[in-house]
Amino acid sequence: MSTIRMRISPAGDVLDVKALVRHPMESGNREDKSTGEKIPANYIQVLNVEVNGEQVMQGNLSEAVSKNPYINIKVPGKKGDEVKISWTSNTGESDEASQAA
Amino acid sequence: MQTKRRVFLKGSLAASAAGLAVGAGLLSPRTVLAADWPQSAFDSEGMDNALNELFGTADVAESGDISVKAPDIAENGAVVPVTIESSIAGSDKVAIMVASNPTPLVASFDLMGANPFVSTRIRMGSTDDVTGVVHAGGKLYKAGKEVKVTIGGCGG
Repeated sequence: MSTIRMRISPAGDVLDVKALVRHPMESGNREDKSTGEKIPANYIQVLNVEVNGEQVMQGNLSEAVSKNPYINIKVPGKKGDEVKISWTSNTGESDEASQAA
Repeated sequence: MQTKRRVFLKGSLAASAAGLAVGAGLLSPRTVLAADWPQSAFDSEGMDNALNELFGTADVAESGDISVKAPDIAENGAVVPVTIESSIAGSDKVAIMVASNPTPLVASFDLMGANPFVSTRIRMGSTDDVTGVVHAGGKLYKAGKEVKVTIGGCGG
């Protein structure tokens, strides 16, 4: 299952995009309480947003963004346009999802 | 607010199923290169250093045309909702910063057509200002909002 959930509300020539990404956003500062070992950093670094194949935003995130990042943005577009969100983490993992407005 | 969020989660379940179908067959997975992630800016300690690394200058003017929305009091520093909006013409980058965090830069958004509006949830180590920095027409503008943090959200 995709880690990305989107809700898109068209309003005139603007799409209000709310996205929720399932991700631990480990800062690398936390310790595993049972072993006392540090949990390695694992967080999303780049989050790209495209409308109809055209990039409209690049979000650069850090470990200071909360677990399961929520992002609300407003991008140009109209009903029926396809919004694509993709992310890449510092560990090289990635995911993407597309949805028509 | 809470009820809205529930509805959002419910509604997006169906959406993620559609996303899965697309991901499985129709589109080949494309690797997103993180090469242009501004590592040095995120690693910088101190606001000025981070601004210099990110924008090439730390010369930033207070602006009333930037709105920073955040709670007055955050009981849990691990989840602080922040909304930054700019009405400055030509705004093309928005950064969220917290000076007292170990590294102040929380996130930056390169707007390539998107409106200068970003809402997200961030971690704060202690009571401080959330600063929204906006790049427009080659200049930097900022506005801040103090958030009192009861329990810090950086450590474990």
